[in-house]
This record gives sequence, C-alpha cells and structure tokens, in this order.
Amino acid sequence: MDFANFLIQLLNSVQYGLLLFMLAAGLTLIFGIMGVVNLAHGSFYMLGAYLAWFLVSQLDSLVLAIVLGTVIAVALGWLLEWLLFRHFYHRDHLDQVLLTFGLIYIFEEVRSILWGDDVHSVQVPELLNWSIPLTDNLSYPVYRLVMSGVCIALALGLYLLISKTRLGMKIRAGAFNREMTESLGINIRLIHGVVFALGVALAAIAGMIASPVSSVYPGMGSSVLIMCFVVVVIGGIGSVRGALVAALLVGLVDTFGKVLVPQIAGMAVYMLMAAVLLYKPEGLFKQ
Amino acid sequence: MSSPKAQLEKLPRSMQVILLLGAIALAAFPLMPLTGVDFYLQMLSQMMILAIFAMSLDLLQGVTGLVSLGHAAYFGLAGYALAFLTPADTPISLWWSLPVSALGAGLAALVIGFFVVRTRGIYFIMVTMAFAQMVFFLFFDNKALGGSDGIYVNFRPDASLFGWAGIDLENKTTFYYFTLLVLVLVYAFLRRLLFSPFGRVLAGIRVNEHRMRAVGYGTFGYKLAAFTLAGALAGVAGFLWAAQTGFVNPELMGFHMSAHAIMMVILGGMGNFAGAIVGAFAFEYVMHFFKDLTKHWQLLMGSFIVLIVVFAPRGLLGLVAQFSRKRGAP
Amino acid sequence: MSELLLSASQLTKRFGGLAAVNDVSVELHRDRIHAVIGPNGAGKSTLTNLLSGDLPPTSGRITLNGSDTAGKSPERISRLGLGRSYQKTNIFLPFTVWDNVRLAAQSRERHSPWNPLRWLSSAGAMADVNRRCERAIELAGLTARATSVAGTTSHGEQRQLEIAMTLATEPTVLLLDEPLAGMGQAEAERMVELLLKIKKDHAMMLVEHDMDAVFTLADRLTVMVNGQVIASGTPAEVRADAGVQAAYLGEEH
Repeated sequence: MDFANFLIQLLNSVQYGLLLFMLAAGLTLIFGIMGVVNLAHGSFYMLGAYLAWFLVSQLDSLVLAIVLGTVIAVALGWLLEWLLFRHFYHRDHLDQVLLTFGLIYIFEEVRSILWGDDVHSVQVPELLNWSIPLTDNLSYPVYRLVMSGVCIALALGLYLLISKTRLGMKIRAGAFNREMTESLGINIRLIHGVVFALGVALAAIAGMIASPVSSVYPGMGSSVLIMCFVVVVIGGIGSVRGALVAALLVGLVDTFGKVLVPQIAGMAVYMLMAAVLLYKPEGLFKQ
Repeated sequence: MSSPKAQLEKLPRSMQVILLLGAIALAAFPLMPLTGVDFYLQMLSQMMILAIFAMSLDLLQGVTGLVSLGHAAYFGLAGYALAFLTPADTPISLWWSLPVSALGAGLAALVIGFFVVRTRGIYFIMVTMAFAQMVFFLFFDNKALGGSDGIYVNFRPDASLFGWAGIDLENKTTFYYFTLLVLVLVYAFLRRLLFSPFGRVLAGIRVNEHRMRAVGYGTFGYKLAAFTLAGALAGVAGFLWAAQTGFVNPELMGFHMSAHAIMMVILGGMGNFAGAIVGAFAFEYVMHFFKDLTKHWQLLMGSFIVLIVVFAPRGLLGLVAQFSRKRGAP
Repeated sequence: MSELLLSASQLTKRFGGLAAVNDVSVELHRDRIHAVIGPNGAGKSTLTNLLSGDLPPTSGRITLNGSDTAGKSPERISRLGLGRSYQKTNIFLPFTVWDNVRLAAQSRERHSPWNPLRWLSSAGAMADVNRRCERAIELAGLTARATSVAGTTSHGEQRQLEIAMTLATEPTVLLLDEPLAGMGQAEAERMVELLLKIKKDHAMMLVEHDMDAVFTLADRLTVMVNGQVIASGTPAEVRADAGVQAAYLGEEH
C-alpha cells in the first residue's frame, strides 16, 4: 500500500471512528449516569439522517437543516426522558431492553409515515463539494475532513463541558452518588434531562452530518447501533475517554481490516472485542 | 443484573389447567373439520417451533438471569446445519442430522459463551448482541455460505430407521405432530431441570451470584453450561424451522429474531417455561393481528410492547397469577 | 495451643495511594474466637474481604488449612473450608429459609455443571444435602421458620439465616462480619448463645461493634485503626492498653 492510499484509509478510519464516538459518547453517558440501556439509540441516528434529508429539501441548506435538526433532537430527547425514560432508571435492564425495543418499532413506523421507506441521498453543500488532491489521480473529499472537524469540535466541547463547567461537575457528581447529589440541593432530574437530551442530540447530529456521505436508508439505525455497542464495551461503560479511544480503534481496525484482509472483513472488529474481553471484561477504561 | 423479583416457578393450579387445555387443543386441532386447515397447521407448527426457541431462551434469561440479545445465532446456525447437511437430491436422516445440528449450535454457544459469560449486566447484553451480529455477517458476506440470499433445504429430514419406514415428515400433519411431540418433550425436560441440582444453582445465580460464589459454587462454569444448553435447545428449534420452511437465510440469526425471542419470553412470563410457550403464541398472534390490521403495524406492535413493560412487567402469566391470588385460589 | 487453621501475615491492601489494610497479621485457632474491633473505616471489612477472597491483597500471605489462599477466588477459598457471613444481609430473599440453606449445603457435593444426570435428578432428594441443611438450620435456631420465605422473616431471623448458610457448607474457619448488626437486646443475646454453641470445632473471626458481645465471646482481641493493628492479645491485655483506650474504647459507650 503506498502512502497516498494509506493516508486515505487513515483519514477514513478517523472519520468513521469520530462518527462512532458521537454515538457512543451519548450511549455511554446515558448508561453511566442514569444506568439505563437504550437500544433505540441507533434510531436517533436514523431519524437525524432522515430529518436532515427532509429539512434540506425544504430549506435548501445543510447547515440550516443541521441547526434546526439539532433543536428538534434536543426537544425530542428532553420529551422522551421526561415522559418515559426517567421512570425506568430503577427498573431491571430487561425492562429497559423491552421498552427500547418497543420504541425502535415506533420510531421506524413514525419515520415510515412521515418520510416513507425509500433510500435517499443528501447533497454535499456546494461550498464543500471539492477534493484535496493527494497524488495525480487520488484526492480526498473536503466534506469528510469537515465532518471529522465538526466531530472533533463537539468532542472537545463535551470534554470542556464535563470537566470544566459547573454543570459538568454536577453531572459527574450525579454519576458518582445520586442521593448525595440530591441532598446537596442539586436538581438531579434536571441533570438527567440534560444528559439524555445531549445523548440524543449527539446521535442525531451524527446522522445529520453523515447523511451526505452514507445514504439515508431505513436500516441505518441498527447497523450503527451494533458498532456503537462494540465501542462502549471496548471503551468501558461510563467513560467518554474510553469511548473516544475505542471508537478510533474500531475505526482503524474495521477500515484497515477490510482493506488488508477482505476475507475476515466485518469480523475483524468482533475479534478485537473478543480479545479485549479476555483481558479486560469491563472495558479498557472502566470507571 | 440479578432480579430478586419472586419468580413464578411452581405453576398454580389455574395455570396447569390452561396448559393442559392448550395441549389438548393443539393435539386435536388437525382432526377438526375446518376449511383452510393446511394454512393453520403451518402457522401453528411455526408457533410451536418458536415456543421451543422461547423456552430455550427462558432457561438463560428467566432461570439464570442472563439477558442474551444474540440467542438467535444458535437458532439460525442449526437451521443452516440442516441446509448444508441435506444433499441436493435426497433427504438426510433425521436421527443423526437433528442431534448433529443441535450439538453444533451448542458448540457454537460454548465457544461464544467462553468470551461472553465472563461479562455481566449490561456488558453481557451488548456482547451477546455483538457476537450474534458477527455470525450474521459471516453468513451474509460470504457467497459460499449462501450470502444474503440464503439456502434452500431441499427435503425435510427422513425419519426412517434400519428399514422401518418411519413417519413421513413431508406430510404437514405428521410434521405438526412431530413438532408438538418435541415441544412437549423439551418442556418436560426443562421443567425437570428447573428443580434439579443444576437448575437450583442457576436460580441461585440469578438471585444472588455473589453469595453463590461465597458458598463455593464455580458460577462461571454453571453459567457457561446454561448458555451452551440453551444454545443447543435453540438449535433444536432452528432445525425444525429450517425443516418446516425449507429455507434458511441470515435473518434467522439476526437482531430482530433475537429481539422477538426476548419479547416472547417476557410477554408470557419468565422462569417457568410455560410462560415462554404462552408468550410465543401470544406474540405471534398479536403480530399477525396487527399486520392484518394496518400497513403501519409496527406502531401498534411497539406501543403494545411499551404498554406491556409499563403495566404488566411480569407478563401474561404474571397477570394470571395476580388474578388467581386475588381470588384466593391455591 | 490449639490447632492453627488460618494464618494471615503482613496483609496489605492499597486503593490508589490509600492503604485500607496495612501490614495486618491475624491467626485463627480451632475452638477460639478472635474478635477484630475498631472504629468505622478501620479496615475491618476490607480485612474480612481479603481473607474470604472477595478482594485480592496487594501484598501478604494467607494460609488456610495448609493451603495458600491470598488472591484466590471466593469459591476456591470456600471449598478449602472457609465460611463467611455478611454485615449486610446477603441471602436469597425470594427463596424459603430451607431453600436458602439447602443451596449452601448442596455446594459441598462434587457436582459438575456439565453432568446431564445432575440436570435430571431431583434437588430435594439428596439425602446428604438435606441432612447438612437440617443440621445447620437447627444450629441456627430456625427450624420453626424453615418453610417461610426469607424475605418475610424478621431482621433477626435473617441474621440467623446468614449464620445458617455459613454453617451449611461445614467450614472449619468462620468469618463473621457483624452478626449482631441491627439487633435488639433479646435477639443479640440469642445470637451470642448461638455463637458460643458453634465455637466448638471451628476457628472463628468476629468483626463486631457490640462491646458487650465482644468481651463475652472473644478469646483474643485485635484492635484496628486506620488500617493498622494497634493492639492484639487477650481481652484483658487489650483493655488495659493505653493506646487502645485513647484511640477507641474511650469513644464507645
């Protein structure tokens, strides 16, 4: 493999990894702080993508679509938490699994009713629709670089939020000891609502910015959910840092695995997960 | 992950009666002069096969407390085993293809279980799902294994033995009764197992694994054995499914199939195997009902599931138990 | 000098920079009760966890009935003859008292989970297990409540059940973590009688806060403060120790 090809695969790995991170960060936070497993997390990704497609067709601007879409996602997340999820924090994991299965069905159908079952594509914005040349005949799309940039910016924002702000401190306190935090007068319900909405928003944004790159199709939620789970398992539940490291690792292994050893293609990531499980069954960065 | 909710293990009289009536109804059904019986025979056979699949998951989930989101992998693998074993021009013998397929599924469960059983709680849920997806992609991506199109099972297995012609499984009614027999045998086996030394240890692990280790049980070994046995029994169901439908594809091992199994077990009520049977029938029936009702049946199905988990978390048998307790029945 | 059944030497357990247990040594002899006392946070529970296998030590040795057990799994250590009861009641709430103890008693059978015969035989028909179970329940004084669901029994009865389960595995060494926790006067007296009854043939380590019980029961006393042993000897010796009086006994009752 020559350098240009290597660079392309590397950039692809990072881009894929960062996208997975957006999803995994939300999932791991929601689980780490509220103790609830959400199988419908992939549905938010799917809804984000379809929402982007729809809004772009109405507003003719991807940026506007993403902004509006984010607002909608935050509202949806907040509503779901308030209406349903908050009553399930103390329930069995099994009950949570069942609840979120039901939600998957509902989200699939809502999407079908609103926007149909067709596969769509979203146009890359004019401004970003060019490529950086790497060699005589190889180039890399700028939009993908921008995607990675946005993910990095959001990751940084998340880091700053959690470690440098008072809200972040309250979030960490709530994860560590809920009763204590409540008795200190901190509104734990508000924190939970914020965290959940944040998780949903990150998943939806991921779907929105990814829509020009991957096609928008009904099954996209479940396929990304699995990878998301693998990332959280490898990284360790509750650890955002773990999610980042694991997501990049998964991105690298998956991309290079498919290129270098096509026979095992999709299996490479699972082999990685199996290896991690033997050595650290609770993830690399278990809290 | 232990759920210390009191489990319904010993079935109250009312439930035993329901089960018996159900069994009699199933046995009598093919004899009834109804139009379109053939279609219903097929539907009921499928429901019975799913009931076996659900019971195998109940052993893992309801009894041992291990929530597996990847149980369909073993269901599908056994189905594929039959497909591969059946030659193009002649049926394979039932008497060795069934054990081989089931044991193959069990072996796969043993290997995957070795990695998966060392995790607990939410990790367990996620890794079982992940490994099942791995198996899914193994078949989906490989033309040699049939790819996304799947493989046909050219003939139902041949039940002849040493010259005795045996029963003809190509006959729908015969196959129906054979499936019913397997259902009853698996149920009897699992009920026996529930109150065996092994079964009691599994129940203990579900309630308080920490204490089980403290009193000297090697719980990893027990959980792995339960995982393997559950996989083998799922394989029995998968084998029958492949024989019945004549076709296998990767969807049999997919997430949706695993999800359906979980829902069936929860819907009926966990931990006593009777609930799994009830749940399988109820789930399939409700799904068919909704599908007939509207194109957007998933909305109804999803809402139904949400309602169940909010209002009847112990499933249908749980409701029956509550009801009969209120009336003072034993 | 009666037989030495468990000996722990220079046990240390660090969590990050903090040494919850620091260079602690303890010896348990047959027919003797060795009480470990100290203020909250002294490291008594951690010490118990190190001995029972719930936590691996950072350094130090543990010898149980001749075998090296530092860092071994709880099930291995249980099989080597150690029984442990918990401060926070750690039973099977949905099962009956009988089933709770029966499960503990069954653990002594050398069963493989892979043996199909064990999938088909009846759990209730194992004579040796039933005998062991009945004896443990009787010793713990729970015969009258054997068919009650554990979750419906009183706090005191649940503490008795803790002991019964610990005895059902027929251990030679017993680690009892605050068996009198949360008990009223009458219940506590009954528990003390029970502990004296089972003292024979067992080596017992008792972690307790109830000083009356400790001085009634203990043959030897070890005082821990901040993870370290500050005094160890007969109750009289420890009582007289100035350091102990200052650090601990002066604060209690």
